[in-house]
Amino acid sequence: MGSLFRSEEMALCQLFLQSEAAYACVSELGELGLVQFRDLNPDVNAFQRKFVNEVRRCDEMERKLRYLEKEIKKDGIPMLDTGESPEAPQPREMIDLEATFEKLENELREVNQNAEALKRNFLELTELKHILRKTQVFFDESVPTVYKSSGAYSSSKYRRYPQMADNQNEDEQAQLLGEEGVRASQPGQNLKLGFVAGVILRERLPAFERMLWRACRGNVFLRQAMIETPLEDPTNGDQVHKSVFIIFFQGDQLKTRVKKICEGFRATLYPCPEAPADRREMAMGVMTRIEDLNTVLGQTQDHRHRVLVAAAKNLKNWFVKVRKIKAIYHTLNLFNLDVTQKCLIAECWVPLLDFETIQLALRRGTERSGSSVPPILNRMQTFENPPTYNRTNKFTKAFQALIDAYGVASYREMNPAPYTIITFPFLFAVMFGDLGHGAIMALFGLWMIRKEKGLAAQKTDNEIWNIFFGGRYIIFLMGVFSMYTGLIYNDIFSKSLNIFGSHWHMSYNKSTVMENKFLQLSPKVDYEGAPYPFGMDPIWQVAGANKIIFHNAYKMKISIIFGVIHMIFGVVMSWHNHTYFRNRISLIYEFIPQLIFLLLLFFYMVLLMFIKWIKFAATNEKPYSEACAPSILITFIDMVLFNTPKPPPDHCETYMFFGQHFIQVLFVLVAVGCIPVMLLAKPLLIMQARKQANEEVQPIAGATSDAETGGVSNGGSHGGGGGHEEEEELSEIFIHQSIHTIEYVLGSVSHTASYLRLWALSLAHAQLAEVLWTMVLSIGLKQEGPVGGIVLTCVFAFWAILTVGILVLMEGLSAFLHTLRLHWVEFQSKFYKGQGYAFQPFSFDAIIENGAAAAEE
Amino acid sequence: MEVILMIMFFTSFWVAVGKFGPILVTKGPHDDLVRCIFLLTAVVCWLFWLCCYLAQLNPLLGPKLNGHTIRIIAKSWGNPIKDG
Repeated sequence: MGSLFRSEEMALCQLFLQSEAAYACVSELGELGLVQFRDLNPDVNAFQRKFVNEVRRCDEMERKLRYLEKEIKKDGIPMLDTGESPEAPQPREMIDLEATFEKLENELREVNQNAEALKRNFLELTELKHILRKTQVFFDESVPTVYKSSGAYSSSKYRRYPQMADNQNEDEQAQLLGEEGVRASQPGQNLKLGFVAGVILRERLPAFERMLWRACRGNVFLRQAMIETPLEDPTNGDQVHKSVFIIFFQGDQLKTRVKKICEGFRATLYPCPEAPADRREMAMGVMTRIEDLNTVLGQTQDHRHRVLVAAAKNLKNWFVKVRKIKAIYHTLNLFNLDVTQKCLIAECWVPLLDFETIQLALRRGTERSGSSVPPILNRMQTFENPPTYNRTNKFTKAFQALIDAYGVASYREMNPAPYTIITFPFLFAVMFGDLGHGAIMALFGLWMIRKEKGLAAQKTDNEIWNIFFGGRYIIFLMGVFSMYTGLIYNDIFSKSLNIFGSHWHMSYNKSTVMENKFLQLSPKVDYEGAPYPFGMDPIWQVAGANKIIFHNAYKMKISIIFGVIHMIFGVVMSWHNHTYFRNRISLIYEFIPQLIFLLLLFFYMVLLMFIKWIKFAATNEKPYSEACAPSILITFIDMVLFNTPKPPPDHCETYMFFGQHFIQVLFVLVAVGCIPVMLLAKPLLIMQARKQANEEVQPIAGATSDAETGGVSNGGSHGGGGGHEEEEELSEIFIHQSIHTIEYVLGSVSHTASYLRLWALSLAHAQLAEVLWTMVLSIGLKQEGPVGGIVLTCVFAFWAILTVGILVLMEGLSAFLHTLRLHWVEFQSKFYKGQGYAFQPFSFDAIIENGAAAAEE
Repeated sequence: MEVILMIMFFTSFWVAVGKFGPILVTKGPHDDLVRCIFLLTAVVCWLFWLCCYLAQLNPLLGPKLNGHTIRIIAKSWGNPIKDG
C-alpha cells in the first residue's frame, strides 16, 4: 500500500473492451472505485453520445422512484435501508425494472386519482349535509317571521337584521317587504321569495357579503353559519374552514345576479328543496351515501397503503440499482468506439500499485458477461500531469482534507498531512492549553469515535454536526494535546494543581506579612534551586501581581522557539522535494541559502533564549546575576542593524558569551550574503546552460541538461495541458525568482512574528478563563448556608454554560483557525506548491452517496 | 544534580515513547506513518516540557503575592510563617 507521505504513482492507461463485455467490466471497476476515466469525446454533445437512450431511460426510472418515494414519505411508511449495495443489474434486467416501476407508478396514480375523485364526492356530500343541517335552523326561524310580518306590519322586526338595513333606507325596506307581506297574507298567494344555499371559504365571506349588498342594492337577505369542523381539500389535502350561507331574494333578475356573484367567489351552490319533508328525505339520502363512500374510501386507502408498503421494502435497493446502471452508461459514453464497432476504447488514470487488482476485476467482468475475448489494459506514455491520489483512511481523511482545502498537492510532492496529524493539534493546544477545557474536548471527540458506526449510520443534513463528526479524530487529538499543555501551563479552569509541592517557600516573618499588602518572594532565598518537576510552579497561579509578566516572558519565548523550529521543518521538507525531483540546482542554490538564512538569524535567536535561561540566575554573582540579564529582542535588533549596544549596568557585560559580537557580525553577513545567491544563482545558471545547449550543434530535445529540468519544473509549469512545456522566458525566470526570494526573506521576519499569536491566544484564553472564574463561579462559592447551595447550583450552571459555549466552542474555533493559518501560510509556504488536481475515481459508493445527498436537498 | 536527573529522566521517557511507542500499535500498512506520529509527539512534548522547565530553572524574579494568599499558602501548603 502506498504511504501518505507522497501521493500515489499514477499511470495513464488505455483500455480495450469488447462491446458485450464493456458493461460488466465497467460495473466491476465501479465497485472497485480505483479508476478515473477521461472523456474521449469532449466535443460531442451530450445528446449525441452512444448511450443517450439508456441514460434517459435511467433518468425516467429515477423519476418514477422519486415519485414513489414522495408518496411513501407522505404516508409516513418507514423505508427499509439495509445499507447493503446490490450489484449493478445486467442490462436485460433493466427492462424488468422499468416494467415494475411503470406498473407501480400507474397503479399508484390510478389509486390516487380514484381517491381524489372519491374525496371530492365526499366533500360535496359533507357540505350538503352541513347545508341541510344549518339551513334547517334558518328556515325554522325565518319562515314564521315572514308569516308573522304579514300580520304585524311593523318595521321594527327588520331591525333584527342590521346587516340588511341601515337607518336611511329602513323605511323603504319596510315598505317594500311590507307590500310583499300584505300580498303573502292573502290566501292562495305564496310569498315568492327564492333562495340559494351553498358553501364558501370562511375568509371570503366578508367580501362576498359586501359584494352581494352592493350589487343587489340591499335587496337580498343573507344568513350564514360556520361549519365547525375543518374540511379537507381533495386536491392538496389541506384543511380548510368553510361556512354555509343561504341567500333569500326576490325575482329572477336578482337570482341570476346572486348566482353570478356566487360563481365569482367560488362558492359551491347546492340544491336545497323548499319543503321540509323533502329536505329531511334528502338528508337521509346524503347520510347513507356518505357512509357508503366512507367504506369505499377506506378500501382505496388500504390498497394504496399495501402497494406502498410493498414498494418501500425495495425502494432503496432499486435506487442503488438504477443509479449504478446510469453511472455505467454515463461512463460508457466517455469511451471511444473503435473502427470495427466491436471494441470500446477507454483512457483512464490508474494507481500503479492497483494495476493487478484492476486487471482481476476486468477478468471477472469478462467472465460474467460470457465474452471470450479478454480486455486489454495498456500503459501509455504521457507528458500530462497525473492526478494526485492520497490513499486515506478514516483517521487520516480529516487531516488530508485540511491540506486539500488549501490546495491539492502537485503530483508526487511531499504531502504535509502526516506531519499535520501531530503538529496541528499541538499548535492548537499551545493556544488552548487548559486541562479542563482540553478534557471536555477530548471526551467529546472520544465519544464520537466510540459511537462512530452508530453515528455514521444515521445520516443527517445538519452541516455543523457533520463537520464536527468528520473531524472527530482532530477534535480528540486537539483535546488530548490541550490536556498535556494544560498540565504544563498548570492550568485547569484557570486554577493550578499542586501535585509535587511548590518549589518556592516563604521566609518572611509574621510582622512583615502583616504590614505589607504585597510581598515578593526572593529568587535567592525562597527558591529551592530546582524547578517544579513538571510544568509551571503552582505558586505562579496565585501570584496575582506579577503572574502575567512571568507568563508573558515564558509564552513569548516558546512561541518563537516552536515557530522557528516549525519553519525550519518546513524548509527541510523542501529538501525532500528537491532531491525527489532531482532538482539539484534548487537544492544547492535555494534550499541551502534558505536554511542558512533561517538558522543564522532566527535559530540563533532561539539559542540565545536557551543561553539566557541557563546562564543568568539570581543566585549568580555579577556579571551573570538577574540584573545583568540582557533582553533577547534588543540583542537581536542590535545584531541585525549593527547597532552598538547600550552600555550595560555596572559590573555587567554587554555580551552573554565570549566572541558573541564577532559571531553575530559573521552570522548577519553570511545571512545577508545568502540573499543574492537565492536571487540570482538559479536564473544565471539556467541562462548559462541554455547558451551552452544552443552552441552545441545537435539540439536533442530529450537530452535536457540538469539545469533546464530544474528551471522548467520549478517555474509554473503545471498548466496541465498536453505535450512538452514550452521553455520559460528568461525574464520570467528572473522575475519569478526575485518574487520568490523577496517573499522568503520578508516572510521569515513576518512569519516569525506571526507565531507570536501562539502567545497572544494562549494569554487570552487563560485570562478569559480566569475572568469567568472570578466574575461568575467565585460569587457562588462565596455564598453561605443552604441558600448558598441553591445559588451555587445556579451560578455553576451559568458558569458551565459559559465555559462550554465561550471557552471551549468559540475560543476553540478561533484557536483552530489560527492553527490552520499557521500551517497553511507559515509552514506550507516553505515547500508546498499545491498545484495538482485531485484523483476522482469512478466509484459507485461515491456516486450513490452523492445521489442520495442531492435527492434529499 | 536534581535538575540534571530530571532532564535525563524526562528525556529518556520521551525517547522511549518515540522509539518504542509504535510497538504498541498493531502492525499495519501504515507503519511509517505510525512511527512518524510517535516521533513527532515525543519531540514536541519533550521540547514543550523542557522549555517550561528551563524557563523556571533560574528565576530572575520571584512571585509577588498578596498578604491573604501568603497566609493561606502558609496554612495549606505546610509552610508556616516564622514568628517575629
